[in-house]
Amino acid sequence: MQRRTFLKGTLAGSAVAVAAGAGLLSPRSVLAAWPKAAFEAKSPDAAMSSLFGSADNTPSGDIKIKAPDIAENGAVVPVSISTSMAGVESIAIIVPKNGTPLAANFKLGKSAKADVSTRIKMGKTSDVVAVVRAGGKTYTSRKNVKVTIGGCGG
Amino acid sequence: MAKKSIKIRAKAKGGVVSVKALISHPMETGQRKDKKTGKKIPAHFIQEVSVKANGEEVLLAEWGPAISKNPYLSFKYAGSAGDKIVLGWKDNTGKSDAVEITAK
Repeated sequence: MQRRTFLKGTLAGSAVAVAAGAGLLSPRSVLAAWPKAAFEAKSPDAAMSSLFGSADNTPSGDIKIKAPDIAENGAVVPVSISTSMAGVESIAIIVPKNGTPLAANFKLGKSAKADVSTRIKMGKTSDVVAVVRAGGKTYTSRKNVKVTIGGCGG
Repeated sequence: MAKKSIKIRAKAKGGVVSVKALISHPMETGQRKDKKTGKKIPAHFIQEVSVKANGEEVLLAEWGPAISKNPYLSFKYAGSAGDKIVLGWKDNTGKSDAVEITAK
């Protein structure tokens, strides 16, 4: 039900955008569908290109990743990402060594703070890459997490 | 799904509301095999979690199967006590659930 009203709002939003000549590039319509291709992408670059249209990214020291140095159980790895950057549109979590690297993409509304936490699965020891999208640019930061028991398959 | 799949808390402090939620869901990747039959267990995972506060979208989380079983989510937004927060999820089989709470 919530989803339905949300979709309706999205459609209305993009209709207005079309009228304004902005067409499908309106950010509202980007929110509409689950990005299947991005989640099925086999490499971090492909996932980023699929999400943002380009894999270009700038490493940034302003992104904080909170994750364990050693995860005993790869099936449950707590990850927190926060940044002090302004105008953050979305925060994605990518695990390059997973079969499908993109784990999650959080799209932030106007009032949301750039501070999200969740728990992810990791197949083996890998970097965890935080991808922050702000002002039309992509910023990344990474942290290595050692996994002693894999969480994929199993 | 079980009756209540979502456990959620929202606390307001200094103009910022922290929302923490636990969802009970198998988050099956589609890669695991059933040990007895050797067949793959079909993928079953949450794709979208949307959170609204007072009707305004504050967060839309798009998840892949790499999110852990019984997912945990926490985030913050600028708000205050008394905000009506609605959190809903939808998985790849079309199942969904939603819950509404008031920020304290």
